[in-house]
Order: sequence, then C-alpha cells, then structure tokens
Amino acid sequence: MSADTCGGQSELDKRGAREIEGAQGPRGAEQGMQLRICHLYPELMSTYGDRGNVIALERRAEWSGMRVRTDEVSVGDALPEDCDFYFIGGGQDLAQGTVAEDLCREKAGALRRVWDAGAVIFSICGGYQLLGRAYRDAHGGLLEGIGILDVETVARPGRLIGDVVARSALEGSEGKTLVGFENHGGRTYLGPEARPLARVVRGAGNNGGDGTEGAVQGTCYGTYLHGAMLPKNPWLADHLLRRALARRHSSFELPSLDDSLEERLHASRTAIR
Amino acid sequence: MSSSRREQPPVGEPKRRLGFGLGALVGAGRAAGALSRVLGRGAGSTIPGKLVVAVAPGALASLASRIPGGVLLVSGTNGKTTTTRMIVAAAGRAGLAPATNPAGANLLSGLATGLLAGPGWKADLGLLEVDEAVLPLAVPRLRPKALVLTNLFRDQLDRYGELDTLGEKWREALAAAERIPALAVNADDPLLATVGQAFPGTLNFGLRDARHDLGRLPHASDSQYCRTCRAHLDYRRVYLGHLGEYACTACGWRPPALDLWGEEVELMGARAVALTVRTEEESVRVEVDAPGLYSAYNVLAAAAGCRLLGIPLAALAGGLADMRSAFGRGGSMSVRGRHVFPLLAKNPTGFDEVMRTVLQEEQRLFLLICLNDRIADGRDVSWIWDVDFERLAGRCAGIVASGTRALDLAVRLKYAGLQADIVEVGSDIPAMLERAIDLVPDGGTLFAVVTYTALHEVRGALRAGHERSAALGPRA
Repeated sequence: MSADTCGGQSELDKRGAREIEGAQGPRGAEQGMQLRICHLYPELMSTYGDRGNVIALERRAEWSGMRVRTDEVSVGDALPEDCDFYFIGGGQDLAQGTVAEDLCREKAGALRRVWDAGAVIFSICGGYQLLGRAYRDAHGGLLEGIGILDVETVARPGRLIGDVVARSALEGSEGKTLVGFENHGGRTYLGPEARPLARVVRGAGNNGGDGTEGAVQGTCYGTYLHGAMLPKNPWLADHLLRRALARRHSSFELPSLDDSLEERLHASRTAIR
Repeated sequence: MSSSRREQPPVGEPKRRLGFGLGALVGAGRAAGALSRVLGRGAGSTIPGKLVVAVAPGALASLASRIPGGVLLVSGTNGKTTTTRMIVAAAGRAGLAPATNPAGANLLSGLATGLLAGPGWKADLGLLEVDEAVLPLAVPRLRPKALVLTNLFRDQLDRYGELDTLGEKWREALAAAERIPALAVNADDPLLATVGQAFPGTLNFGLRDARHDLGRLPHASDSQYCRTCRAHLDYRRVYLGHLGEYACTACGWRPPALDLWGEEVELMGARAVALTVRTEEESVRVEVDAPGLYSAYNVLAAAAGCRLLGIPLAALAGGLADMRSAFGRGGSMSVRGRHVFPLLAKNPTGFDEVMRTVLQEEQRLFLLICLNDRIADGRDVSWIWDVDFERLAGRCAGIVASGTRALDLAVRLKYAGLQADIVEVGSDIPAMLERAIDLVPDGGTLFAVVTYTALHEVRGALRAGHERSAALGPRA
C-alpha cells in the first residue's frame, strides 16, 4: 500500500465537534461530568455502520446524565489529547491506505501518549489491524502499523464472513457473551503482550484457527465484530465507559439503564444457529 | 417472492457443448416455466432461464444474438428495475416490442428468462436489468449494444464487496469486450464518471438543480475521493448520497460535461416527481408517479438509455404516462379507509432518501419499518447504523418495527432518540402491518419503509387485505 496525496479536505466536511447536554440531568453521575469522545476518520473508516459504537456511547453517557463532547478527526488534523475515548472503525481498501499513512505519520505519537495516560482506544476491523505491529498484504508487502497492540495481521484469500458469538475473556466479565458480525480478509495473531478479548463459540474471530476474538492491551481494545457492536453488547459499552471515565474521575457510579430492549436483541443473536 | 437472487453467480463457463438445437431448449424452458407457475412455485420467473443456462451454457449468447435490435443492459445499485421498466414503456410508445426480465430476476438465469418470455423470441430488442456483480459475466455473454450505469452505493458488502473493486471489475469487463457497448453513466457519481471516461463517446447524465442541494455530504456517502490522486473531492452541490457536482481541487480532475441533464425538479411529497429532461437538441417535461430525487435520477437514466437506442424523449414522456395508469398513483393501496404506501429501501442511501421523501409530507408520520436479513436482503444488517434515522425525531406519530431483524431495528431507533415513538416490535410482518394500519386514523396514511424481501411480504398482505375489505364492502 502506498499513499500519494493526503488532505484536500472539503468545505462541506471539515473536522466537526458536537456537544450534547445530558437530557435527564445528573442522575448518579458526578455533577458536571463530561465524556470526551474522539472519533477518528469518521468519513473514511465507517463502511459497516461502525459509527453506531460512537452513537451508543454518546447516548448512554447522555442517558446517565453526563455531557458529551465528540471531536471528529480526519486526515491532516491534529489528534486532541484530552479525550477519554478514542474510536477507529474499518474502511474500504482505498481509504485504509490513506488512513494508514496519516495515522503513522501524524498521529502515532499522540495516540501512544493518550493510551499511556489511560484513555480508552476502541478499534474495529481495519482500525484494529492498523493499531497492531504490522500488516502483511496478499503480495507479501509489509505495512507497518503503529504497534500499540502486540498483534500482527496477514492477508489471506477467502474472507471470513458471518455471525459471531463469543465468550468474554475479560477479567471480571467472565460468563458474558459478545454477539456481532465479521467480514475480513486479514488473519490476526496475538503476540505475548496482547490478550484476547473473547473466545469464539460461533464464527472465525481473529484468524479462524486459534479460537480467539479481538485483543486487549491495557486500555486499548480491538475486535473484528463490525458495525454497531456496543448497542448489542451493552455490558461491554458500560465496561469501556467506566474505564474511559476513570482516567479523569476518581470516584463515580454509573446509573443502571433500562437495557431490556438491548438484552432482547443480545439474546436473539446468541440463540442463532 | 422471487427466488432468483439466491442464485450465486457462476465462476466460469464449463467447456461442453450439447448436440440439440436452441429451439428445443427454448421449448423446454418455456414448458418448465409454465409448469412452475401451475405448481405454484414462485411466479415461475427464472425457472426457464435456469434450465436453459444450466443445460447449454452458450445459450445466453445465442439468445441475445438473435434479437435484431440488440440488447441494452441497465446495472447499478439502486433504480435498476424502475429504470428498465421506464425504457420498456418508452420503447412500447415508439412502436417496438422489447423483451425484458421480470422485476428483480437479474442474474444470468433471469436474463435468459427475459429473452425467452413474452415476445422474447420475436422481440425487436432486449431491455434487461443486470445485478451489479453479474454485469462482468453478462457483458461477454450477451455482447450488449448499449449499457446504462445508474449509480454505485454501498449495499450488501458481505456479498458485493467494496465499491472501488466493483467499479474496477466493470471497467475491465468493458475494456475486454469484443464490441464495447455504447455507454451511458450517471456522471454525478464520481466512480461512474471515472469508469465512463475510460471509453470514448460515453453519454454522461446528471442533475442540475441548485434547489435540491443538501449542502453537505450525508454520513452514508461513499465515493467521495478522487480516483486520480485520492484526495477528498470538493463538492459544490450534493443531491443524494455522494451524487452531486464536484471536482478535485488537489489534482484538477473534473467530471466530464453532461450530455443529458435534469432541471426544474418538482418533488410532490411521497407521490410523484416532475422534471425537465434536456439535451443540446431536445427538451421534455415529464412526470412520474414515484417519489423522491432518486426517481428523478431513474428518469434521467431511462432517458439516457432511450438516447442510446435512438428512442425520442417524447416517447419516454408518453411511456411514463402509460406506467401511471398501469400501476395506480404512487403504488399506494387503500386498506380499511387508510392509504398504505410501500417504499423500498435496501441500503443506507435508499433509507435516507425515502425518509427525505416522506418528511416532505406535512403531517406527523405513521411508519411501519421492516428489516429482513434474508439472502436477497444481505445477511449483515450493520448498515442500519449508517442511516440517519435521527432526522425522524419529533416528526413521528407512531412507529412499528418489524422483519426478521425487528429487534436490531428497534435498538437502532432507540439510539436515534425515537424510543417514545415505537409502538410495537415484532418479526411477523403481516401481523405488524395490521397493527400499524390500526394506528392510523380514517383517511390517514401509513408509510411502509421496507427492505427487498419484506416488500414482497407487505405487498402480499396488502393485496389479501384489500381483497378482504372489497369483499366485505366499502368500510369493513
């Protein structure tokens, strides 16, 4: 992969920021708490409805009485370093080359700093691959990732496509399940520093061989479950929200939300065969 | 429901020849179609074609070569069926007898069925819609005389793959063609403009109406990058998804000038659209009983197809009027004194545009939204998170969520801030349709926004309900 030109941002599509007031006022959450989200490459890495994860976190924080600020950051923009939660989704191949170059050249240092400082980084599919150490394409070419996650990806013919059900491998969340849909050509292998996010019960996961799905290293998370996986797995949304807030708030309590609809959906997807 | 879309496109053509003639095959194929209709297996739509394609792989080429006026293909993500029907209507007005495929039967077997059925054997020309993934296989087999490309939007990524890859496959298939067809492309789509530029004499069509500028690219827009230098394109106007007026400020690439364009587009709520279609030589005002800017784009694609075939635009205007009387206004149906409008929305841009259309209606909306994940819909429903359902906030009087993935849909609507508007969630489409109709006051309107296979279920249930209420008198 190589990228020639970056930038050329349209007038219509400049970096945006939006702020939302908590609709129901503080309710258990600390007075004046704000969640700061950074959505990386929203227009380039958004092929499969991945932005649903940002929507989910925004709404759930808002329903918990928090204020939310979301910065949308793209090619050529500086990475804001004061956010609690950084999100990067998957994109089409053409976009992914552009993003890989911008990420390595412009943002790798800042992203590593915020990760060291305890901010949560959540990545999906192509974004997950780029956070790893390397990506070997189908022709043997090597694309260096930014190496926050100790994982390596190898492209192989034949895409892994279909529904996934996986059992959580996160400490403290044993017994929980993750449901979602995967569609990827890359096979990802975990190094000793990274731990799997989950173990597949159905579907291929990281590489279709070792039964692992996703990766976790400190507060950095990667997964192949694309689209809006957080609304279908509200327990993981809350897990990430807690860890993201813990960076700037020593004590707080998340109110429990009415997740009956989300849980019905989750149950319907664990039941598929 | 048509079963045609379940068929996987064949990879290669087996090298074998069978000894009996095409005439016998055609007879056998037609007999199989009739048998399948009698047995009630589907509408019999692609059985004859399946048989012919399976028994004699070269048959498609033979069938196409026998049509004196040649074959025109229509392909792209959205608007294939409607565009093809419009060209068929125009051809009828021009005194031609076209062979065409049944709606949605657009894989190889459906194409063969189209060339066999109706006036197929005696047709003047073939007018066929082709699945976008099948187009590279259809071009060498059918050797089309003309090809209309409508648009490329993200749709069923688990099946079609990525847009850039698909665009490249199209370009390769055309470049390798023994006879490169006369090409018409929607040049408001940057990817299609690029494909069109690779071939001399391409007819470029698009829209030119500043009043319908969205002002910004919606979230679900796809091909917004320059194919020459990969920079973000600079949009002067955005009409629909990534369709609009644009140029690359980084490398100076710009799309070709339009040869045929639409102006003075008048959107008449969810019922109809009128526009003026212009070329350097001709100009005609047309009205079509289908809503939204996407219908205006369908008219332009049909007009471009007519130009390639030498059919005058006046015949298209007449053909569109014929379609109106044949299908009834906007395709609505009356059930127990309520109007029900089924509206197909099968991908993010389709959904966004259908919402833009129904939001033009003055009243607070009653909506039935159906999301199915059958193979013809795509098994992956993640794309609903790319739809801007948020814009329905404050405009709904009641929403019923249905389809095989009703729960996914309901969760999406909840996170769009519409939870208070959701009246019921259930997978049983006919039951939920009844429930939704019950919400609507007498004389009111229900918009049923549905995915591909759900459209068949809703239409079936509506027909049954319509017949029931007709049998019971005017107000059952």
